[in-house]
Amino acid sequence: MSVHPMIAALRKHKAGVILIAMQIALTLAIVCNAIFIIYTRVDNVRRPSGLDEANLFLVTQQWVGAPSGDDPDSIAKLDALEREDLAALRAMPDVESVTPTNSVPLLNSSWTGSVALKPGSDLRGGTARTAFYFGDENELATLGVRLVAGRNFTAADVVNRAMRDQRQPSLVIVSKALGDKLFPKGDAVGKAVYFNGDTMPTTIVGEVERLQVPSTSSWSSGFFWDTTIAPIRLNANFSRYLIRTKPGRLEAAMRAVTPTLYKTNPMRVLDDDSVKSFADIRSDAYRADIGMAVLMGIVCLILLAVTAAGIVGLTSFWVGQRHRQIGVRRALGARKIDILHYFQLENLLIAGIGALIGIALAIGLNMVLIKNFEMSRMPIVYVLGGLVVVLLLGQAAVFVPARRASNVPPVVATRSV
Amino acid sequence: MLGYYLDLAVRSLKRNKILTALMIMTLALGIGASITTLTVLRLLSGDPLPQKSARLFYPQVDPNTLDGYVAGQTKPDATMAYPDAMNLLHARRAKRQAVMALTQAKIIPQHANEHPYFSDGVMTTADFFGMFDAPFQYGGGWTADDDENRAALVVIADFLNDKLFGGANSVGKVIRINDHDFRIVGVLKHWAPQPRFYTQDLGSRDYGDGDGVFMPLQTARSMDMGPEDTECYASVTDVEHLELAPCEWLGMWVELGDSAAVTDYKSFLDGYVKQQIALGRFKRSDTALLGLMGWLSDQQVVPNDARLQVYLAFGFLLICVVNTVGLLLAKCLRRSREIGVRRALGATRRAIFAQFMVEAGIVGLAGGLIGLLLAELGLLGVRHQPADYASLAHLDIQMFLFTFVVALVASLIAGLLPAWRACVMAPAPQLKAA
Repeated sequence: MSVHPMIAALRKHKAGVILIAMQIALTLAIVCNAIFIIYTRVDNVRRPSGLDEANLFLVTQQWVGAPSGDDPDSIAKLDALEREDLAALRAMPDVESVTPTNSVPLLNSSWTGSVALKPGSDLRGGTARTAFYFGDENELATLGVRLVAGRNFTAADVVNRAMRDQRQPSLVIVSKALGDKLFPKGDAVGKAVYFNGDTMPTTIVGEVERLQVPSTSSWSSGFFWDTTIAPIRLNANFSRYLIRTKPGRLEAAMRAVTPTLYKTNPMRVLDDDSVKSFADIRSDAYRADIGMAVLMGIVCLILLAVTAAGIVGLTSFWVGQRHRQIGVRRALGARKIDILHYFQLENLLIAGIGALIGIALAIGLNMVLIKNFEMSRMPIVYVLGGLVVVLLLGQAAVFVPARRASNVPPVVATRSV
Repeated sequence: MLGYYLDLAVRSLKRNKILTALMIMTLALGIGASITTLTVLRLLSGDPLPQKSARLFYPQVDPNTLDGYVAGQTKPDATMAYPDAMNLLHARRAKRQAVMALTQAKIIPQHANEHPYFSDGVMTTADFFGMFDAPFQYGGGWTADDDENRAALVVIADFLNDKLFGGANSVGKVIRINDHDFRIVGVLKHWAPQPRFYTQDLGSRDYGDGDGVFMPLQTARSMDMGPEDTECYASVTDVEHLELAPCEWLGMWVELGDSAAVTDYKSFLDGYVKQQIALGRFKRSDTALLGLMGWLSDQQVVPNDARLQVYLAFGFLLICVVNTVGLLLAKCLRRSREIGVRRALGATRRAIFAQFMVEAGIVGLAGGLIGLLLAELGLLGVRHQPADYASLAHLDIQMFLFTFVVALVASLIAGLLPAWRACVMAPAPQLKAA
């Protein structure tokens, strides 16, 4: 089939052709950027925290009338309060393991610092940034992270320290990502590092496979997997306990934990947010991402539907207008399939032109988004995917009116002339 | 004449119900989406203190070392260290000035059987209330002398007063916060600026209900209450005495009467920094004095997602308008015979143009009406989001009217091309073809 007469025919419908092409171009530009946004958000949400997340919950509480934590005596008192809580929690029937902790992955509460290979480096100019987790010998087991090199903490490693004590830990376990960043040969275990510009060395005793930093915001994206676990029980006017329950006993343990803690010591603040399952922490952390992905998805679907409806509308009109020409072509020997192909090819031509403009628009839109919204460059595969989608959409939308056109009987040509 | 056009338009729209419904729904979807996102954006980027924002400024200085410093390109830090905040505060070079930090206040109820709870607290200085026009229900703020004397005074918010004292005048009563007794000197009326501009970079309280308790900074610090956010610019050995540590944790606001006062204050700030450089405390000479709205945009307080959604919605509306143009054009060209007859019977081009614009306008108004319903639905969805601004998402009268303006403008733009095509059509060939 020659394209030439088709182009000649389209010249008579400039407005319609431009409108369809424009719509396809805009749809392509928005849809492939939207799908890229969906992909980045879903990718964020799907990255594993490194934790065994089932059967895990977190309790955050604050003491009332607690000692100040400024002198050794009151620090000892705070530590006694904390150990009393830990003992009570460990005695609960549904609990498997408990650790005190300062934060957990996906929780919006971070303690970050720098690591350097030399003593006394500038605080902001260390070799790497890292987020700290402080816990006792049960921290690894409770988090459910896997040790891949070196050893776990023992009860003898664990010290208690006031929240404001600025001394660095004498030994730590780091994530493999951080270990490899500091020691690219992969031999971090046993090496000495310096935290926060300190001159006292800290020894790396072990490496865990993977452990995410607490924050999920963009400021932490540079050191997302670079974490450090220190065997320190922090003493402050608040405490946080991460609790792993026996399989399937999460709800029962969460219900029992508030009464247990109040029974141990009623002078504390425990409110609605104090007891949180890890599933809730995860859904809170990523709620905005998921919401955005769903919204983008809905918008894409509606957009495609609207564009398809527009194509059906305009093509139907063309078919109605060209009834007689179609009759003439049929009378001169064109088969039904020829008429069908004619409209399909015509749509492919218009959609193709639209899609070409759309590719340019999509890339332009992506650049605007990179500039204004800290987004990354869209891989070309999204544009190609979008191209296929709009071309198929055009073909699907044109099929019904084209079928109607192919059913125009040849006799129409001879009638009413 | 308009009545006749309306009649014609309704008849024509009724003739092809599916096409009409499609046009109206397309337009409604586009309008619903853009009004929803725009309402949220407007809510988020609004002026928290419209009567005062032009006179409020946020001074910044930079105590960092020269590491990574590029003259003229490095922004000063968002918060201040204690000595600088106090020096600037005591200089009293602005009409009013206050420094502030956020804290978690642990409120201990009088009744033994109630459990203690947290309330958002602000540690600040005397001018805070007057400078920010915080309205009092009972009593008032404290004085600069109270600040220096570390008086255990507190101003509480209306919701806390309702909770603790059933809304009665509680001035003079004592409440226990973080294990210390505070005497109430004032109770605020409802006061929750959106966004909570004075908390920027001091903690994560952007929108939502206001703060619960306001305490003199030095008093709260002497009772060991800590700021929510601390950023240290040098190695720290002692964070207990934050006042002496190389750490930034205070925000400062000043009220300046006119632009001359702003220029004066900026040169005062520059002079202060030069003096600190001479003393060897500072290395960098950059300062900033942003106005309230400038500070909010510098802090990017509006979430990126909200802005992205507005982009998306308006892209969507654009496609909807293009689509409506196409459908209206198809409808109009199909009626070329009718137009030919009308023209032959004496209708002017202007009359035909008007007729088609009226038809487009009806589609627009119908689309706007349904779009309004969709926007209400969308905002209902937003209110069920967990974001702290969610409960504020309501369509106000301005946005309500704006919806119809958008709908009408969108549909009239969509109608222009078809109407023009209709009115330039020569009547004779159309009649001949019949």
